[in-house]
Amino acid sequence: MVQVTSPAFKRNAAAALEDAGLQKALGKAKGAFLQRRAAAVAALPEFETLRDTGRDIKNHTLANLDFYLETYAANVERAGGQVHWCSTAADARAAVLDICRKAGARTVTKGKSMISEEIGVNDHLEAHGIQPVETDLGEYIIQLRHEHPSHIIAPAFHLNREDWEAQFRLSHTDLPKDRVFNERRDILAEARTRLRQKFLAADVGITGANFLIAETGSSVIVTNEGNGDLTQTLPRVHIVLASIEKVVPTLEDCTSLLRLLARSATGQDFSVYTTFSTGVRRPEDLDGPEEYHVVLIDNGRSNMMGTDFQEMLRCIRCAACMNHCPVYGAVGGHAYGWVYPGPMGSVLTPTLVGVDKAGHLPNASTFCGKCESVCPVKIPLPKLMRHWREREFERHLSPQGIRSNLALWAWFARRPSAYRLATRLGIRALSALSRGKGAFRWLPFAGGWTEGRDLPAPEPGGTFMARYQARQKEARR
Amino acid sequence: MSKEAILGAIRRGLKRGPLPTDQRAMLEGRLATHPRHLIPARSRLPRPEQIALFIRNVEKEFGTVERVPDLAAIPAAVADFLAAQNLPARLVVAPHPELAAIDWSARPMIEREARRARDGDVVSLQHGWAGVAETGTILFPSDPVRPATLNLLPETEIVVLRASAIVGAYEEAWDRLRAERKDPLTGGFMPRNLMFVTGPSRSADIEQTLELGAHGPRRLHVLLLEDEAAPGLASPAAPGG
Repeated sequence: MVQVTSPAFKRNAAAALEDAGLQKALGKAKGAFLQRRAAAVAALPEFETLRDTGRDIKNHTLANLDFYLETYAANVERAGGQVHWCSTAADARAAVLDICRKAGARTVTKGKSMISEEIGVNDHLEAHGIQPVETDLGEYIIQLRHEHPSHIIAPAFHLNREDWEAQFRLSHTDLPKDRVFNERRDILAEARTRLRQKFLAADVGITGANFLIAETGSSVIVTNEGNGDLTQTLPRVHIVLASIEKVVPTLEDCTSLLRLLARSATGQDFSVYTTFSTGVRRPEDLDGPEEYHVVLIDNGRSNMMGTDFQEMLRCIRCAACMNHCPVYGAVGGHAYGWVYPGPMGSVLTPTLVGVDKAGHLPNASTFCGKCESVCPVKIPLPKLMRHWREREFERHLSPQGIRSNLALWAWFARRPSAYRLATRLGIRALSALSRGKGAFRWLPFAGGWTEGRDLPAPEPGGTFMARYQARQKEARR
Repeated sequence: MSKEAILGAIRRGLKRGPLPTDQRAMLEGRLATHPRHLIPARSRLPRPEQIALFIRNVEKEFGTVERVPDLAAIPAAVADFLAAQNLPARLVVAPHPELAAIDWSARPMIEREARRARDGDVVSLQHGWAGVAETGTILFPSDPVRPATLNLLPETEIVVLRASAIVGAYEEAWDRLRAERKDPLTGGFMPRNLMFVTGPSRSADIEQTLELGAHGPRRLHVLLLEDEAAPGLASPAAPGG
């Protein structure tokens, strides 16, 4: 299970800023996602309207979540599949292990799945003598390095080409030590050959699900590599790991969300493979699994229903919010200290592991609002982070310094004349101190700010209120 | 048990019990009528342009397309493609009646086996069930005559697709699937596996830079059968909405 290091966010973030390799990787990757999404969105004039559609579909589903889950499960069973309802991560791990044991599994291939990271399937299987093999290229190297994904759709976001080469030399010891990787393609080819054997040997394949469809009992995965499809097609047993909010009513609902997903995620019009799996191999089929299991996981979601955070359950895990986040772009995903980084993680992590552990995350935001503006299902991420800040304050979890400063500010904010007097004096003092230089490179009590950037000095003309009143007077004249 | 615990927690959050009968009936009605949402206008085109859009989108996603007049032209087109790509003259072919009807006698050197794909297969000849012009996507419902492994294991996949099977938007393909397919196990219309394939396999996991040929085919080549009447006289443009 992923260790929660979110309480150390500040230390993690400071270390990330000093990490030259990470900064190089972030610098290279950041722009690519933004440009590709912008181009894909520009090519679809209906995109903005589709965001409303996406939000409405998800809201409708959540308002009737019990109905759609029951319908979905009944349709899975009609197609010869089994649904394992799991309230907790521990229940889900046990269900997966049980299925693998009954199948007599020794190796298990895996498609990329964030819920798998959340519930910690790999460690659990390994502890019981079953070898899980991650087959998504990014997940594969992460597993070799004994790391966790730093991004929800690009797990190896934090790595450079040199890291790949070094790790492959270290792990693939049967290959010549002096082999040359001329291009990225050579790294890919080595992984392809290596993993092909794993696909063919696996007894069980585990995938996640981007959507579950109530109408048909189907699970949907989208991938570009085809690893998820090999995982769910070749082994005798297919296990789908999915959290309860993945369900949507119909194929048409799913289709509208799929139009948003790839464009928001990688900037593709559509992922290379979008695959709908429905039950077990049919009597005359020549391929496909004989057993089809869905491990349906709650793990804290149902507690979000009816709260401020229900809106978070609309999330389709596209990663647009982290791709566009200045904080994520500066520190990368590992600093956030758990499975889900970036703005969506800053809302979800406190829900799932507790605000006492993850309280730093909703505070690590400038509230620039970019995340909400690109979210394909219009989750008000800044508002939800603000809810966490309020709860943190209410529960006396924020540090004393912050609390007393907030209390001081609140005292003034409730007394407008005192507030105006204080700002007037403050501005005068700062103007005098700046001696016309326009900015401070250092200021007492603001060392944390000026360490990283200059603090602009007040412009002439006094406070906002003073200038506003002067303007009003001018207008009346 | 967990099922009741989860459903109970959801209902507590929603501040209600199980849905009353009339509301259930409304939701069941929505499932049965599966209403369409906004469909992008881009694929609402006169027929020849719709097919051209499909081809353009396949090529944009690094697939290749060759238009062939009829099934009789397939062997030569396959032979030329294999030669041009320096690929072995050996195919694993989908056991589909349409492909079985192809007369290969003019190209006797091409070995063919109709079966599912196995490790070591280099080129597959697959039957495309439908194309979606909107994004250049090909649909492959799994079936005894259309094994899913043909889309995955070989490095090169050649797809025979009828131009008449190209629709504008995904929703039109759903309608066709609902109308045409009856599943032997469920009595519904969904096959065990339904792949929407848009271009050849790829990965951008190494430094967010695109490389083709990750775990699935590196090449996707479409042989588009011109089975519609002359442009302009063809079936009317796909329904809008």
